[in-house]
Amino acid sequence: MKLLIKNGRVIDPASRTDETLDILIDRGKITEVKDKIEDKDARVLEASRLVVAPGFIDMHTHLREPGQEYKETIKTGSRAAAKGGFTSIACMPNTQPVNDNRGTTEYILSQAKKSAVTNIFPIAAVSKEQKGKILTDMADIAEGGAVAFSDDGNPVANSQIMRRALEYSKIVDTPVIDHCEDKQLSEDGMMHEGYYSYLFGLKGIPSTSEEVMVSRNLSLARKAETPIHLAHISTKGSVEFIQQAKEKKIPVTAEVTPHHLFLTDASLKTYDPNLKVNPPLRSEEDVQSLMEGVKKGILDVFATDHAPHAFDEKDTEFDLAPFGINGLETAVSLILDRLVKKNLISISRFVQMISTTPASIFKLENKGNISPGADADLTILNLHKEITVDVNQFESKSRNSPFHGWKLRGAPVITIVGGKIVYSLQKH
Amino acid sequence: MPFNQKHLLGIEHLSPSEITTLLEAGESFLEISTREVKKVPIFRGKTIVNLFFEPSTRTRSSFELAAKRLSSDILNFSSQSSSVVKGESLKDTVRNLEAMNVDTLIIRHSCSGAPHYVTTFCQSHVINAGDGPHEHPTQALLDAFTIKQEKKKLENLKVVIVGDILHSRVARSNIFLLTKLGAHVVLVGPPSLVPVEFKKFGVDIDYNLDRALEKADVIMMLRIQSERQQKNYFPSIREYINLYSLNPKRYRRAKKDAIIMHPGPINRGVELSTDLADSAKSMILKQVEHGIAIRMAVLYLLMGGKEREIID
Repeated sequence: MKLLIKNGRVIDPASRTDETLDILIDRGKITEVKDKIEDKDARVLEASRLVVAPGFIDMHTHLREPGQEYKETIKTGSRAAAKGGFTSIACMPNTQPVNDNRGTTEYILSQAKKSAVTNIFPIAAVSKEQKGKILTDMADIAEGGAVAFSDDGNPVANSQIMRRALEYSKIVDTPVIDHCEDKQLSEDGMMHEGYYSYLFGLKGIPSTSEEVMVSRNLSLARKAETPIHLAHISTKGSVEFIQQAKEKKIPVTAEVTPHHLFLTDASLKTYDPNLKVNPPLRSEEDVQSLMEGVKKGILDVFATDHAPHAFDEKDTEFDLAPFGINGLETAVSLILDRLVKKNLISISRFVQMISTTPASIFKLENKGNISPGADADLTILNLHKEITVDVNQFESKSRNSPFHGWKLRGAPVITIVGGKIVYSLQKH
Repeated sequence: MPFNQKHLLGIEHLSPSEITTLLEAGESFLEISTREVKKVPIFRGKTIVNLFFEPSTRTRSSFELAAKRLSSDILNFSSQSSSVVKGESLKDTVRNLEAMNVDTLIIRHSCSGAPHYVTTFCQSHVINAGDGPHEHPTQALLDAFTIKQEKKKLENLKVVIVGDILHSRVARSNIFLLTKLGAHVVLVGPPSLVPVEFKKFGVDIDYNLDRALEKADVIMMLRIQSERQQKNYFPSIREYINLYSLNPKRYRRAKKDAIIMHPGPINRGVELSTDLADSAKSMILKQVEHGIAIRMAVLYLLMGGKEREIID
């Protein structure tokens, strides 16, 4: 069955397109993109007043399967992704067991084939059991389907191991992603270290715990001449280091999450465990710097760091709650409302940061663009749609969002994966 | 001055007039504890729970006696001998106790914000008896009460607080209270335990105890835990004593009538020398005595006692 999307405002940064066009889809691929397509055999999807973008790709998701299916499964996580406007999500390896071998990678992909409504791209561990001691069989795992390597929340502490990982990753030509954190410096911290951590009596995680590792990684990437992708950048100092690195042509890309852009440490006065996240919500000054980083192109990617946790795990004393914010179903509306609507960034820049660039980092040539031959993964947005975040309506198994009750303007309304409509908001 | 708070979670959110109201009520209750019959029939039939998730001598006993002297029933809950050791959550523990129709919960917990969390699901009055390194409001109130008894005022007094400021809920509550009521607070300790950001609370910081003691009216010593040394906040207890212990020689730098305070428990010979701890300038046992009056005042004002009952 062919699908014809008519009269949408097509935004495709890869081809520098921003105009009203029709898109014809056949057998999962985009076959034609031009003004006024007619095809009697195609089902027509009217998209006037809507934005049609290449499918959004979340580079940083936690799906909890295998091992912690009570928090999220590949099925529920992918449904949350589709509702949130994502056609592809990359899942971190901190499952139980850790995705540190080809078998687990293939298991995730087989589960995805059975139950996922979006594309699932596994990210495998850099080191066995994420312990930072022995490298994983990267070539074998990449052949099994991993798109990148990361030790995620147990970042590689030993600089020699990180150097080796970066050097070795040349073989597989997939990026190494690092969660930049010196665990010695963050110790058992729970929130950003500064005025508010002293005020609230919560142990702090200093900005330096991120910045020393950003600096180390940039130095190693320069030496190894290998691309590195830095996860969820949260501090002013990190933005400065990345800016300098880019000026020196060090091959680095960096991501930022909506929660780090739209919340600060001051909000923790409620001791709401839904605000407990790592890296922590930083100061107003850091947030301003992240905004500048987005505007100036120092930060490349919007990612969610979707980290679902069961209700009871977050319904507890702040100290005892696990880190993480549920992000797939709020990210797009948050960015549309807080950045695009306010003209801080253009809609094209937004699409670039959430689709074009992630596709290029993962080397997914048939994704992240709208051109004949590309996969028919599309995200359709209504920039004027008013929504109120309601965690009780989440497709995710978990509810741990600090954005519950936020009124936002702009939302994903139709999500198309491989030519199939996997999500459609009733009144879009 | 009315006191319109349901809970006492900290000092930080109280106004100066609310603090003054609590301190003045404390004066009315001080006399009751010196009577032959140390009891007033204010809260007959009310039930108060001492919910302690951390060890405590002074605070728990003080709240217990305060409740009893107001004629209420008090239940002493200690986490070590409860289903908490079986893994029962704070929320379930509190909700089960509340099902027994209690009126007030007094909570001591190692997690900052635990009493705030409890108020999100319970109906009772909640009093924070110390939450992690965050606040210990009744300690600050009894400290201020003690200073006022001795110095007749708080404004413009130089109060030097010495020790592990970073991890101290007593220091935080005292900083909030004393700065709200116009005292000049100076924090002293090794830089690792006295972050410069504390200046934003309206205090001064000095790493040199000898210098800070000049013209001090009040010297508040804090307990130093050996655990801090193990985490390298300072090199050794010996070095800490050399730099930050209050001894008679150092004490002489302060004003002649300077008083010495300590929330207890004391490490004798570490932060405070024994001769000073037991000297006439030491307010340590006065603080304990005043603690009961202040806690009676807190219970009384939160639980809505009537003015005339104190006098009866």
